[in-house]
Amino acid sequence: MGANFRDAVAIAGVAESEVGVLPHRTEMQLHAQAAKRALDDAGIGLAEVDGVLSIGSSRGTRMPSVQVAEYLGIMPSYSDSTSLGGCSFEAYVQHAAFAIDAGLCNTCLITYGSTQRSGGAGFGGGTDPWLAASQFETPFGLPMMTGAHALAASRHMHLYGTTRAQLADIAVAARKWAQLNPAAPRHEDLTVEDVLSAPMIASPLGKFDCCLVTDGGGAVVVTRSDRARDARQPPVWLWGSAETHTHSSIANMPDLTVTPAARTGPAAFKSAGLMPSNMDLAMIYDSFTITALMTLEDLGFCAKGEGGDFVSGGRIAPKGDFPMNTQGGGLSYTHPGMYGIFLIVEAVRQLRGEADARQVSADLALVHGTGGALSAGSTLILGKEPRR
Amino acid sequence: MSSKPVPSPDAETAPFWDAAAEGVLKIQKCAGCNEHVFYPRLVCPHCMSDELDWVCVSGCARIHALTIVHRSTAPFRDDLPFAVAIVELEEGPRMMTRVLTDTPETLRIDDPVKVHFAPQGDGPPLPFFEPA
Ligand SMILES: [Zn+2]
Repeated sequence: MGANFRDAVAIAGVAESEVGVLPHRTEMQLHAQAAKRALDDAGIGLAEVDGVLSIGSSRGTRMPSVQVAEYLGIMPSYSDSTSLGGCSFEAYVQHAAFAIDAGLCNTCLITYGSTQRSGGAGFGGGTDPWLAASQFETPFGLPMMTGAHALAASRHMHLYGTTRAQLADIAVAARKWAQLNPAAPRHEDLTVEDVLSAPMIASPLGKFDCCLVTDGGGAVVVTRSDRARDARQPPVWLWGSAETHTHSSIANMPDLTVTPAARTGPAAFKSAGLMPSNMDLAMIYDSFTITALMTLEDLGFCAKGEGGDFVSGGRIAPKGDFPMNTQGGGLSYTHPGMYGIFLIVEAVRQLRGEADARQVSADLALVHGTGGALSAGSTLILGKEPRR
Repeated sequence: MSSKPVPSPDAETAPFWDAAAEGVLKIQKCAGCNEHVFYPRLVCPHCMSDELDWVCVSGCARIHALTIVHRSTAPFRDDLPFAVAIVELEEGPRMMTRVLTDTPETLRIDDPVKVHFAPQGDGPPLPFFEPA
């Protein structure tokens, strides 16, 4: 394989803003707080930032990268507000890489901030009145986004015999990881029985099959590889990446049991020259338990239909042989509407060896974000060492 | 209490809702590739032909995916629990709908269902389905 745009860059800094319940914060403050922390982490000054990649929250900020850049005082030469929902941030890392490789900019700042918990915007929001779904779906009362994922889960159970107890194993493992993360809001024990006996939201998904609803933000600094080598932190390298979307509303999902990861997984592994078995850590979007289960299958960690068996028996919990969502995930750590930036932050911390009690031995990490109603997907493969 | 959302037909969807008012399920069919198309579009998503004709379909379908909703937003709270499904029409396309039944917990994927138009609030009759 010849020169690859991914080799032009590395991740030099990551940070979260405050996360949790933040009625005293605005969304722009969370973008800014995370941006400041990530640049401090990298030891890179604001003056060096010439690329801004930001998305508004589900409350619908217009021209997000323009708003964020003005607030922070940046006049960029590369600007990006591509909206792929929760996986926008994984896509932004890929976009930053090709923008930097193309010479459009040198240092990209990716930011997110959301007060969806305190600001009152419902998870997933409504349907824009000009879209067909407002006529052909909204009137039927499916609660978004839980309902959409429940429909997919029903189909997966029907075709493959996946059980609610297997889905519960994902929530239980996430809670066990969260117990090792002081920043996680919930540390009380959670058992499979607790998950199964919790109130049903939309069958087959109960309360603990659904992610938390929080406020929070995050930021990632992507810069030229030579600049990253001089930065404060050891660089984390981009080995592979891919993005896609397959539909918008759940009624238009081509196969309700196959997520966009079935397209981005193979593409990202091919670009990295690696296979699923090479991964030491998987950071997998878990807006709902079913999201993570189907994504694991589609990325090739197990065969289609075998996700239920794969996540059973503590495999994905601490001390299991498949470290996954080590900060507690969207299920037990944080989920401010779009969660994808937190996957990148944790993968980078793990690869740098900064994860304290939850540290795993990892040279290569897979990050997979999901957006919308299982609509969009973006995969990153990150390494402690450069690709070549 | 807020009222349930109702469709606002537009130039693109009017033929669907006009037929619904007559109790008929009408969707588009592509003259270019013969595929049925739902939701209404200007061009066919299979072949990009713009020759899309409105045709009557049987209204017979099977449940493709199913959820029993136990918690929802205000306008739907009085109906809980209720069944929302994606149904697959005999002719191919899938639609989201509510399956009307007093016993939603007995519904299963692959069950046959039949369209049943009924109004919701001030809107046009909606294509609900009921067990066939
Ligand atoms: Zn056609």
